[in-house]
Amino acid sequence: MKVFFTLLSRELKSFFYSPIAYVVLFYFLFLAGYNFYFQVSIMNGYPTEISVVEAFFMPALFWFPFVLSFPLITMRVFSEEFRMGTFETLTTAPVHDWQVVLSKFFGVLIFYIILWAPSFLCFVVFEKISGRSAVNATGAYLGSYLLLLLMGCFYISIGNLASALTKDQINAATISFTSITVLLFLAFLPDVMNVTAPAIKELFNYISAIQHMQDFSKGIIDSRPIVWYLSMTALMTFVTFQVFQYRKWKT
Amino acid sequence: MIKVENLTKRYAAVTAIQDLNFEVAKGEVVGFLGPNGAGKSTTMRILTGYLPATSGRASIAGFDIFAQSIEARRCTGYLPENTPLYTDMRVGEYLRYRANLKGVPGSKVTERVGDVLELCSLRDRERSLIGSLSKGYRQRVGLADALVHDPELLILDEPTSGLDPNQIRQVRELIKNLGGKRTLLISTHILPEVEIMCTRVIVIHKGQIRADDTAENLLKSHRATGSMRLEAKVDAAASETLSRLPGVKDVNVENDGDWAIFHLRLEANADPSEDVMRLATSKHWTVRELMRRRPTLEDVFVELTHSD
Repeated sequence: MKVFFTLLSRELKSFFYSPIAYVVLFYFLFLAGYNFYFQVSIMNGYPTEISVVEAFFMPALFWFPFVLSFPLITMRVFSEEFRMGTFETLTTAPVHDWQVVLSKFFGVLIFYIILWAPSFLCFVVFEKISGRSAVNATGAYLGSYLLLLLMGCFYISIGNLASALTKDQINAATISFTSITVLLFLAFLPDVMNVTAPAIKELFNYISAIQHMQDFSKGIIDSRPIVWYLSMTALMTFVTFQVFQYRKWKT
Repeated sequence: MIKVENLTKRYAAVTAIQDLNFEVAKGEVVGFLGPNGAGKSTTMRILTGYLPATSGRASIAGFDIFAQSIEARRCTGYLPENTPLYTDMRVGEYLRYRANLKGVPGSKVTERVGDVLELCSLRDRERSLIGSLSKGYRQRVGLADALVHDPELLILDEPTSGLDPNQIRQVRELIKNLGGKRTLLISTHILPEVEIMCTRVIVIHKGQIRADDTAENLLKSHRATGSMRLEAKVDAAASETLSRLPGVKDVNVENDGDWAIFHLRLEANADPSEDVMRLATSKHWTVRELMRRRPTLEDVFVELTHSD
């Protein structure tokens, strides 16, 4: 366990060794803050049924930086080790491969939490100043941040897999950005292609992150997406583990 | 300490090493020699658990490197070729991280890191970023890392490659100080290094062991040819007379004004110095220089690994 925490702390620290972490944090806080401000000022204009939280997690201004964050925070995770050759010192130390893979996953996950946690302050400040609730039901806070965490797990595991596949960070970023974007837009496919078969629509709805967010930010916590994200995270991490071992065996 | 049995590694169509068998006893300093691509790094990488072998077995301190990989790795300090390091960490921080990773107990980490910093003369660089260090310092950081968990066995892959002569000397001194208590397996193709540091030499070529003995015995047993150089004022037929001496293979002559410079190639283990001197005295040659060049490990190496 000590080995795992040693690896984890090095993973987490390594974000802050480079300026990327600070740039990403700044960019995120700025966009999240701007998104919040923008939504609230629109809602000031006319009566609406949606809550501030729903408005915050719905627009492109949320999804765009959200999707972009994963390639940025995962691209160097494995590829940097391969490129610098530190993969060799890492795997010849008395550590299990699963410890390395899991520590890298949780390292990124913790950074991701640090990335999104401040956005919650927007709602706290809003409630303090306006004296109104930013949600329709208190469960909406839990729902939206839980979903944020679950989606984070899944997309981080995709990003990690992409990074384990290549020595080049840019390749890793391209692979993960493309996969995550495709996954996100897949939900629009039945509409774009005019598919009306309910079974197909339901299938696409089942994996649509945008649909999930609409539900969860209302406070409707559905167990199906939870199972979907957790199982996909486990699958992706397992594949990453296999790729990691394969890389070790073929060099 | 190390036991290797019928170790074979194949990459797709290429056989990197084939049926290697050797043992290294505790306390030995073994030089692992071979030209580039001979399979030195492959063997070391298999021993350190980085690569799996295609077939065969190997164990370190009694731990099978495949079945008990973690235990075997715990006994081993490894310095890979080119010394990969996290360039974004500071020296002390990196060594503490590695010590924790290699299972040094929490209470001992500071002490061990202090010891290796001292041993590798890195005290004044403890707070430097690894990325800002010169190659020589990085090599020392790599060595400090290999030593930090006080392993019984050190495996060093070309520890002096890419260093300048001063740095080479420093690293060599350092390695020499490590011997005795620890077992060392050092790969290199710098031969004088082996003669200085190692108690035994394993020569590997094209994935197979060509020789496994002390440097001294290798020189004796292999028919390495020595040579001799004679500078003298001589008469006309000197070259022919010299070439008739027992033990002399052939003679080359150069002229330097009045002086003639002879290069005598000798047969294995032959030493015709006395005969040459006697000949010179009897013929009244004026001798300016007579020098015998003993066969070096380099000659043995070239002979063993000459492409066949």
